This record gives sequence, C-alpha cells and structure tokens, in this order.
Amino acid sequence: MIKGNFIDNLPKVYGIYTGGFLGFIIIMSIAEQMGMTAKTIGICFVAFTVAIYAIIGYLSRTAQADAYYVAGRQVPTVFNGMATAADWMSGASFVAMAGGIYFKGYGYMALLVGWTGGYVLVASLLAPYLRKFGCYTVPDFIGTRYGGNLSRFMAVVVLTVASFTYVTAQINATGTIASVALDIPFQYAVYVGLISILLCSMLGGMRGVTWTQVAQYIVLIIAYLLPVFWISNKMGAGFFPHFMLADEVSRIAELEAQFGFVKNSAENLKEVPKGLAGITKAHSAVNATPWAFISLALAMMMGTASLPHVMMRYFTTPSVKAARKSVGWSLFFIFLLYSSAPMLATLSKLSLIDPSLPTGIIGKSIAEVQSIDWYQNWNQANLMFVSDFNGNGTLELNEFFMGGKAVVLATPEIAGLPYVISGLVAAGGMAAAMSTADGLILAIANAISHDVYYKIIDPKAETAKRLVVARVLLVVIGFAGATIAALEIQGILGSVIWAFDFAMSGLFFPLVLGVWWKRANKEGAIAGMFLGLVSGAAYLVWVRTGGSGFLGITQLTFGIFGSAVSLVAMVVVSLMTQAPNAATQKMVDEVRVPAGKSILGKQH
Amino acid sequence: MSKQEQHWEKSKGLLMMTLAIWFVFSIGIFLFGAEMNEVTGPFGYPLTYWFTCQGSLGIFVILIFWFANRQEKIDEEFGFSERGDD
Repeated sequence: MIKGNFIDNLPKVYGIYTGGFLGFIIIMSIAEQMGMTAKTIGICFVAFTVAIYAIIGYLSRTAQADAYYVAGRQVPTVFNGMATAADWMSGASFVAMAGGIYFKGYGYMALLVGWTGGYVLVASLLAPYLRKFGCYTVPDFIGTRYGGNLSRFMAVVVLTVASFTYVTAQINATGTIASVALDIPFQYAVYVGLISILLCSMLGGMRGVTWTQVAQYIVLIIAYLLPVFWISNKMGAGFFPHFMLADEVSRIAELEAQFGFVKNSAENLKEVPKGLAGITKAHSAVNATPWAFISLALAMMMGTASLPHVMMRYFTTPSVKAARKSVGWSLFFIFLLYSSAPMLATLSKLSLIDPSLPTGIIGKSIAEVQSIDWYQNWNQANLMFVSDFNGNGTLELNEFFMGGKAVVLATPEIAGLPYVISGLVAAGGMAAAMSTADGLILAIANAISHDVYYKIIDPKAETAKRLVVARVLLVVIGFAGATIAALEIQGILGSVIWAFDFAMSGLFFPLVLGVWWKRANKEGAIAGMFLGLVSGAAYLVWVRTGGSGFLGITQLTFGIFGSAVSLVAMVVVSLMTQAPNAATQKMVDEVRVPAGKSILGKQH
Repeated sequence: MSKQEQHWEKSKGLLMMTLAIWFVFSIGIFLFGAEMNEVTGPFGYPLTYWFTCQGSLGIFVILIFWFANRQEKIDEEFGFSERGDD
C-alpha cells in the first residue's frame, strides 16, 4: 500500500489514519444505536487510541543518538507544527481552558493571549538560532555557548524544576481521564496513564514522540472542534460559531444584567462542594485592570519562550528556514483550538442560563432541575450542584455551581448530543495530556542523560550505553512524576502556570542574550540562571505564606520578578567579568547566519 | 561594513519591527481594554473581547509567517540562505 521512504509518505499515512479514526467514530455511533453502553464506548475510545499510539511508538524504535534526541532532524514543517501543538496543548488546555473562560471571563483570557503571543518571541528571538546551533537539548546550547560544566548544570536544574512542576499536572490529568473512562480508582489509573505515556517515548525517544504527537494532535483537534460545531448548529446559534456568536454574547450580557451577580454569604458557600464555582464575573466585559491582564499575559509569553520541551521541537526540523516556518504552523494549529474555547464557553453558558432555551435551568424550580438526568449524573461526579439559598423554590443564577471541567465534559450531554461524543472527548483529553507529558518527561530525561551523564560524567560513553541511560531515566522520572501526581497535591492549572514562571525566571534571559548579546559571558549566565530561579522561587514562597507582594505581582506572575532579577544579575556580572574569548564571539556570529555547518556536529 | 554585519543590521531591524507589532497586539491595546470594549468589533463582538478570542491570536499567526518570509529574503539577499530545500 505504501512504498518508499516514510517521510515522503507522511501526508498519505496520516490521511489514512485520520480517515480510520473518523470511521471508528462512525462505527461507535452505530454501536451506540444498537445498544452499546456508555461505559463500553468510553473504554473503546481510550483503549483504541492508546493502542494506536503504542504501535506508532514501537514502529519508531531506534538505536541512533541522532534519531533518539532530535528525530534525525528530518521532520517537515507542517508535521512538526502539529507535533508542537500537541506537545504544547496540555490536558489543562483541553479540559480546563473553556471552563476558565466561562467562570473568569476577561481576566482569564490573558492566558490565551500569552500562550499564543509567546510564539512570536520563539520565532523571532530563539528557535532559528538554536536550530543553527545544532544542539540536542536546551542546556546543550547554554553549556556550549557559555562554556563550562557549571553553566550547563544550572540550565539542567532550571529545566528540571520547570518541567517537573508541569509534568505532575499532566500525569494527574491522564490519570483522571483514564479513571473516568476505564472506571478504575485514580491511584491505579495514574499508573495506567504513565505506562501509556512511556509506550510512546521509550523505544523511539524524540522520533517516537514526534510521530505519536502528530497522531495525538489529530485526535484532540477532532475531539474539540466536532462538539463545538455540533452544539452551535443544534442550538441554532450559527453553523460556523467563531463568526456567528455575537448575538449569543450580547444575550449573555443582557441576562447578566437582568439576573445581577448576587453575592452569596460565606455560610451558604460552605454547602457548596469543593472545587465548584458559580457565575460571578461578566462574560464579555472587561473585568480586570490593565496591569493584571498585561502582567499575566507577559509572564506567559516569556515563559513560553523559555520552556525547553517546546524549544526542543524546533531542533528536529531539517533546516533553519524550516524551523521558522514551523513555529508559524505550530501557532496555527494551536489557534484552531484556542479560538474555539471561548465559543464553547459562550454556548455552554447560554444553554444553561437562558430561560427561553429548552436546556436553560435558571428560573426553573429547584425540584425540576434536580430531576434532570444529566444534572443527576454530573452531580454524582461532583461537578454540578444547586441549592435553594433564598428559599423561594426557584433556581437563581447565584444558586447554580459547576466545576471548570464540566464545560468541556458535560456540555455535549446537556445539549443532547449522543454519548459517542463524550467518549470522543475523553480520547481527546487523554491525547492532550499524554502528548504534553511525553514531551516533558523526554525533555528532562534527555537533559540529564545527554548533558549531565554524557557531557559531564562520562564523555567517552558509547551510543548504546547513552541510550540505555536515557531510557532508564525516562522511566525513573515518569514514575517519580506519577507518584507525586497520585498524592493529588495541587489543582491542574495552578502548577501549569508556575512552570512558566520558573522557566522564565531562570532561562529566558540566558537564552535570549546568548544569541543577541555577544558580551554575555559564562559568569553572567550562571548568575542570571541561579539568582533568577532562586529569587522567583523565594517570591512564590513569600506570597504563598501570606506575603503581600509588590507591584501587583502575584503567585501566578512571580516570573516577572524572577526574570527581572535574572536580567540585572546577568548584565551586571557579565560587564564586571571578562568578555567571552574570540572563539565564542565567532561562534555567535556563525549562529546568526543560517548558511554553513551547525556549531555542534551531527553526532556529538 | 562586512557583508555579515550588514546582514545582522537588517535582521535586527526586522526583529524590532516584529517585536513592535507583537507589543501592540499583546500589551498595547490592553492598556485601553475597557474603553475599546465599548466599540463593536468584527462579526459584531465587543472589540476587546474579540481581540482576546481571535484577533490578537490570529494576528500572531500571520505575524510569524510574515517574519519568516522577510527573514528568508534578507538571508537570500546576502547569500546566507541554506542550500537545499526543506
């Protein structure tokens, strides 16, 4: 069926794959009509997709360092874009983003702007230059540009702190979805999730992760867009929601004015299960100060440009030119999902609060709402709750509570879509969480195996031995992440945002100035990474333990403080110490032009 | 000035322009978020709301492709582009 080189056949391979997946959805919906239970459909969706990823992971197995670390540097721009989009969009983006927009409105939208705007920095400041460098990992760039084991090691430390914070949240999300879809307890589901994750990356390293991430992107984007379009059409809101929901947005504003945002007493709120929230913020009005919005967006943008698992995706393109274009494609594929999240939030909110719609529950009697099937299901799942605080027997806006995840998970059911869609959404969430977890675990394991083990401890190690070390680390880090995830310490989104702040505190300026400021030297970079990370972390601890903070910098934006310290430290220390030697200056010159050989050889 | 220096000057110019556009749509306009939201934007959405849902995001996508093309032209002009195609 398929002849010749795999890379040349990519469109065909993934075309067949996409067709096969759509066929699978149709078969499942026929099975549902014939009486297959909701539970079996959920299991089929998750098991089928995970099995496919495992097969791709197996077929991508390799024994070469070049393929293991950078997928042989032959991933075409568009496919690298899809892989990056899957790498980037986490379980949190998939499951929690629409919910965040639903509850917090404008203040939360700063994340959308930040998580996309950061790619402009990636494309213009970093990705093409790091690609020219020819490094395997981000610390590889720091270590070679600045020289010395200490700078390399500091970069590994920052990378590990940021990525590990992020990865526990992803393994947690994989476990949550596996536990719901497969109906097993969370403590076990976490390890089922972890094994699925390792199946993708163990044998093929970056090569395996690349081709599974493309497959995961296709699943997650279908799983996100199909329900949004379907719901919009079913509600009669417009066949292309992105361009047609203006009336719905203004209707929500009208209803908000009509109901008003009544504040609940603390005593009443005690009744509400933990993690659920009511609608207390305007949907489309500006409800945050300019600085609150801008500081959050800025922190996320600089964090995006410093997160190693994203940066290393651009090491896999065939050329510098391709790396630049690939950033554009990445953002395009991310845009498809991000621009749909606010539409889903709008449709979800309107369908619940508009009394003139058949699905609307505000204004109905409490007893009637409590007898609705989907309300009972989601109430049992601890994602929905109503209570008659004022005792008038009717449901008011301030008496209705929902979990953030419910916007993505429950809206299809509320709108009356068949259960097959819920199974599809579970598979999409699983794909999103798995792909990000794979990228992160690989980033950490590669940095430790390549930069600490090979470059610092044993530079004479054979390729075979290096790859064994890399794989052992992959498993160890995965299990460490899963063990912490099983403890269920933080919510999914809190720790995701911290990862951005840690990354920008320690890495943003050492990376950017490494390319754009020739005078930056080893001492400066070490000071920048060390003081940036330490001051950022200290600020976080201070604010978390009751500190007041300053300049409106919160625990979500502490990276602004950390990176400012990092910049000052790096510039001051660099200027106080000797300029980098002529060889290093020449190296920077060479990085700045795309032509010619990369700085580091093909096998290093 | 050597060819390489000229190339770098032009690249820096392009970077500044790219960052200026990036700044306007990621930070600049949100200084006036409340005022701008009074205006009706594309497809009938309130303007600031539209920028946060689609506008800024879409502009970033276009901006990156525009930047990549301009940088390629600069590289070609000075003969620094890579041989072979992607």
